Amino acid sequence: MTHLADLPVWAAIPVALLLLLGASLALIGSIGFVRLRSFYERVHAPTLGTTMGIGSVLLASMLCFTVLQSRPALHEILIAVFMIVTTPITLMLLARAALYRDRSEGSDDVPSAPPAQTTAPSAPDAAPPV
Amino acid sequence: MKRWFPYPLLTAALVAMWLLLTESVALGSILMGAILATVAVWGFAALDPPGGRLKRPRAAFALAALVMADIARSNLAVVKIILNPRKTERVSGFLHIPLDMRAPYGLATLACIITATPGTIWVEYNSANNTILLHILDLVDESTWIDTIKGRYERRLMEIFE
Amino acid sequence: MTTTLLLWSIFLAQILLVVAMACATFRVLRGPRAQDRVLGLDTLYVNATMLLLTFGIRTGSTLYFEAALIIALLGFVATAALAKFLMRGEVIE
Repeated sequence: MTHLADLPVWAAIPVALLLLLGASLALIGSIGFVRLRSFYERVHAPTLGTTMGIGSVLLASMLCFTVLQSRPALHEILIAVFMIVTTPITLMLLARAALYRDRSEGSDDVPSAPPAQTTAPSAPDAAPPV
Repeated sequence: MKRWFPYPLLTAALVAMWLLLTESVALGSILMGAILATVAVWGFAALDPPGGRLKRPRAAFALAALVMADIARSNLAVVKIILNPRKTERVSGFLHIPLDMRAPYGLATLACIITATPGTIWVEYNSANNTILLHILDLVDESTWIDTIKGRYERRLMEIFE
Repeated sequence: MTTTLLLWSIFLAQILLVVAMACATFRVLRGPRAQDRVLGLDTLYVNATMLLLTFGIRTGSTLYFEAALIIALLGFVATAALAKFLMRGEVIE
C-alpha cells in the first residue's frame, strides 16, 4: 500500500469520490434490478452502471495512474469507448429477444408485431412471430 | 490512395486504438498499428457497408456534449425512481415514435443514444413506415417524450448525416 | 491521513461493488425468465470490470487493466450470443 501514500491530496480526494460515486451507481442499478417488477423495467437498471458508473471509475483510475506515473495514463479510454459501443448493442439485442419471446407466446403486455414483413432492416429474414 | 485507404477516418481511429493499447508512440508500434489498421479496414470494406458520411463534424461534437449532459441528468432521474419507496405512482410502457430520418448511420447513432440514456431503450425499428418502438421507464407524458426524441436528437442527427 | 481516507474509500467501493454483484447474481438465480438471467449475467460482467479496476487502483498494478478489458470483451460476446440464442434458438445461422 506504499504507492497510495505518494498520491498528493488534490488527487487522492477526487479519486476517492469518483470511486465511491461509480460504485454507488453500480449498486443502485443492481438494486433496481432486484426491485423493479417486469423485465422491460429491469432492462433500464444496468445502464446506470454502464454509463456514469464505469465512467467515474475509469476517470478515477486515469487520474490515479497519471499522477503516480507522472505521464498520461490514457488506456482507460479504450474501456470507455468499448463500453459506449457495446452496451447499447447488448441491451437492444436482449430487449428484442424478450419482445420476440413474449410475442410468440401471445402475451398481452407487449405491443403486437407490425403487419409488414420486416421487423428490422438488417435482418430481412426476420419474419414476425405468428 | 482511395483504393489503399478506403476509410481514412476509421484507419486513423484504429491506429490510435493500437497506440493506446500498447501505450507507446515508438516508430515500431506506429508501423505495426498502421499495418494492422490498413488490413482491418480492407476487411471492413469487403463487408460492403452502406454509404453515408459525416457531413458536419463540429455539430457531431456538440451533439456528443449534449448527450453526455443528458446521460448525467437521466442517471439522477433513474436513481430517484429506483430509490423511491412508493411503487404505485410511476407508469412505464412502450411508445411508438414516427421518424423522418432515413440515413442508416443516423438511425444507428439514434439507437445508441436512446439506449445509452438510462430510462429509455430502443426496442424495435419498422423500416416499412419508419417508426421506432421505445420502452420508457417513466412514461408520464407521451407527447413530451416524442418532442424530446424528435426535437432534441433527430433534428441534430439529420443535420449531421443527411 | 488522506492515504487512510483513500484506502477506506477504496475498501467501501469494493464492498458496494460486491453487494451489487450479489444483487445481479440474485437475478441470475431467480429468473423468472431466461432474458432476466442473461441480463443479470451482463450486469455481473460490468460490475466485475469495475471491481477489477478498483483492485488496480488499490495495488497500483496496471495488470488489472488488461484483465478488466478482457472481462468486458468476453461479457459483450457472451451476452450477444445468448441474446441471439434466445431469439432464434441458434447462435450462428
